[in-house]
Amino acid sequence: MDLHFGDSKPTDDERAAVDALLGPPESSWEGADRSDADLRWARGGREARDRRDLLLPGLHAINDRIGWISEGALDYLCRRLTVPPSEAYGVATFYAMFSVKPRPATVLHVCTDLACAATGASELCAGIESALGPGVHVERSPCLGLCERAPAALAIKAGDPVRTAVSAPATVHDAVLAASAPDSAPQEPPAAMAVPQAGDPGLTLLSRVGVVDPSSLDDYRAHGGYTALRRAFEIGPAGVIREVTDSGLVGRGGAAFPTGRKWQATASQPDHPHYLVCNADESEPGTFKDRVIMEGDPYALIEAMTIAAYATGAHKGYLYLRGEYPRALARLEHAIAQARARGLLGDDVLGQGYAFDIEIRRGAGAYICGEETALFNSIEGYRGEPRSKPPFPVEKGLFGKPTVENNVETLVNVLPILTMGAPAYAAIGTERSTGPKLFCVSGSVARPGIYELPFGATLGELLELAGVRDGLRAVLLGGAAGGFVRPDELGIPLTFEGTREAGTTLGSGVVMAFDDTVPLPRLLLRIAEFFRDESCGQCVPCRVGTVRQEEALHRIAERTGAAAADDIALLREVGRAMRDASICGLGQTAWNAVESAIDRLGAYE
Amino acid sequence: MTVVPLGIPRRLLEFTIDGEPVRTTEGSTILDACRAAGKDIPTLCEGDTLRPKNACRVCVVEVEGSRTLVPACSRKAEAGMEVRTGTERARHSRKIVLELLASSVDLSTTSQVAGWIKEYEAKPDRFGPDAARLNEEPKVDNELYVRDYDKCILCYKCVDACGDQWQNSFAISVAGRGFDARIAVEHDAPLTDSACVYCGNCIEVCPTGALSFKSEFDMRAAGTWDESAQTETTTVCAYCGVGCNLTLHVQDNEIVKVTSPHDNPVTHGNLCIKGRFGYQHVQNRD
Repeated sequence: MDLHFGDSKPTDDERAAVDALLGPPESSWEGADRSDADLRWARGGREARDRRDLLLPGLHAINDRIGWISEGALDYLCRRLTVPPSEAYGVATFYAMFSVKPRPATVLHVCTDLACAATGASELCAGIESALGPGVHVERSPCLGLCERAPAALAIKAGDPVRTAVSAPATVHDAVLAASAPDSAPQEPPAAMAVPQAGDPGLTLLSRVGVVDPSSLDDYRAHGGYTALRRAFEIGPAGVIREVTDSGLVGRGGAAFPTGRKWQATASQPDHPHYLVCNADESEPGTFKDRVIMEGDPYALIEAMTIAAYATGAHKGYLYLRGEYPRALARLEHAIAQARARGLLGDDVLGQGYAFDIEIRRGAGAYICGEETALFNSIEGYRGEPRSKPPFPVEKGLFGKPTVENNVETLVNVLPILTMGAPAYAAIGTERSTGPKLFCVSGSVARPGIYELPFGATLGELLELAGVRDGLRAVLLGGAAGGFVRPDELGIPLTFEGTREAGTTLGSGVVMAFDDTVPLPRLLLRIAEFFRDESCGQCVPCRVGTVRQEEALHRIAERTGAAAADDIALLREVGRAMRDASICGLGQTAWNAVESAIDRLGAYE
Repeated sequence: MTVVPLGIPRRLLEFTIDGEPVRTTEGSTILDACRAAGKDIPTLCEGDTLRPKNACRVCVVEVEGSRTLVPACSRKAEAGMEVRTGTERARHSRKIVLELLASSVDLSTTSQVAGWIKEYEAKPDRFGPDAARLNEEPKVDNELYVRDYDKCILCYKCVDACGDQWQNSFAISVAGRGFDARIAVEHDAPLTDSACVYCGNCIEVCPTGALSFKSEFDMRAAGTWDESAQTETTTVCAYCGVGCNLTLHVQDNEIVKVTSPHDNPVTHGNLCIKGRFGYQHVQNRD
């Protein structure tokens, strides 16, 4: 490897930010002043390159402290990790939350995605921009995962330490206050406010949200915490996998793959080490269930990850958390530290001689990193581009090793499976969709939030609970990658097989209601914009296709019938190729929602 | 005595292409098998000396049981696979991919693509005159080669060749995301401020002419570039003792560019700055 570093130097602050993460440099080979010893041997090399996965945390460290990433700072980080500057530049420019151009220390992300757009995000943006001085950079952001309190804004003020404040539901005044003085901005409401059913004794997955103190391990244990892990140790790894398989649990991230089968496939791989990855990068517009669990019941996720790792033979778990969730990050960091201090993580979990620990990795604003293989690349310090499969992650995943990856909701389901036993769990829901399911309800409803229902409840029943308003025009199921259904289709049972039969998808459990005040063409344009912005750019059908679709939707924004027919035909042809030929799920599903709006809602008739 | 490496013995596996039974060695790709069976599948980003990146998606074929189409260039053939290369579904995706590409970049110097556009009846114009495209000026910042990203299809081959697969210089990478993704050196600097060592191996693998010799670029601009009038002569580089093969492209008794045969077992088409660009002394006739 023949690395070339420019002569731009980091400022003292930038150097301090990187050194705080990596420790002080040892020799001039990695950025320190030259000593006599440096003339005799070179350090770094393979050892430093093995720390390539610290590139993303390093970029965060600089961006958190300074607000953007200068040439000098990037080169210094590259020197420390022996990463080629061109590659690090490629990584830094991949993520929306980083900037390689100077910008103010405070960035205010204002969500302009579906739920927020429907509640006046664009007027909010305009108001904020005229009210704020030049010291704040306003960024129009994709979904911030605060749909139950739309419209939402997130202020991030760089410094040591970095400060954040959330304003939701945001007004111009509140958002400006959050950006100008994040420390004195009003506190966010507790996580339980997002759970209208909180305290209901019938809840399983959400039973502790709003009931336990999310900062107290003792409180978690007092409410049944760590009984599932004890049971796991009793029945052993094979026993856990058997229970999970018998429970019929399938992945809740949208793909609905049988969890037990995935665990078994990973556990049986001869190659070691095995890794566990928790996908907490929920960036699907309209999804916020993982945030509520992590904020309201963080120890449950840690316990579930420990069980999953134990079952699959992993000793290291990565929790990949989206960068837009500062409160979830703080709560999880605290919970992991507590669990470690009490012997529930570390070399000897629960005194059982089993070693397991969790590292949190923050994303930096890229929807694509929720794709399982893109997430591996992101953790490893590469651009978050999906890999082609096969090989599948169970065989070659993170760092090329067998990896099991599950999202937060899937993992949390493992706790009731072990405490109540597979047969009792499988008795919930329907025969082919077992267990409880979380739904993120937002949009034109009286009580937006997370709802827990057994599989099999109908869409109408769910909307009834949430208090659907009059004049319902459309319901988006599964988020931007999902599909629209009509108000006369509310009898659709909310199961994987039921939605499939109805020609739609359950996806990640998003249910967004739109009444007739929401202009449908503008909504569809926003979806197209979202995918154009979030495409990684690796494959042609997605990189160019998303742009061509957005252009066509712009052309027909005000047109209907015959005037729109040409462009709708074009959309269909491009959409079909994207679905067939894109590398990953992003390109394959980018056309779903718009297609369903045309076919089921008659959007341009 | 010369020792000839035989490699690991490979088993043959059987599967079908368009209903015809074929046999291929374990580890071969569908594309390898198709080519051996005489099936022509268009490819753009596939490179004979680099690991397949399967980014362009023009080589997609249908595989029985697969939800989506699969890229023939990178998917390994498996026993019992049923591959169909020319179905309506596969042809439709290829046509759209060609349309999307041709509407967003300049494919005028991409070999074979004009034929495929005709064959698949692709109509890049139907996205309208306002369809977004790159529209970038060529970057001419050194005397050896020109980067014209208006012609770049982001096949990643130059990145792979500059990085760990060939040159290990890591001077270029993909920066940005989505439609704004671009091949760039660090900080978007000029090439002269980057880690580039001017080996020109990226030009060797570029399928579209986005990277070209300054000599070729200038002659094209002057209208004097005439491939049909060129002769190619392969010889041995005289600069050092490695013995790399050079293919001299000569027009009107002047060397206009230098390539290297990919089937050379030592260099696989790699050269250094001297072999690739150091030919002026040959035609110094003072």
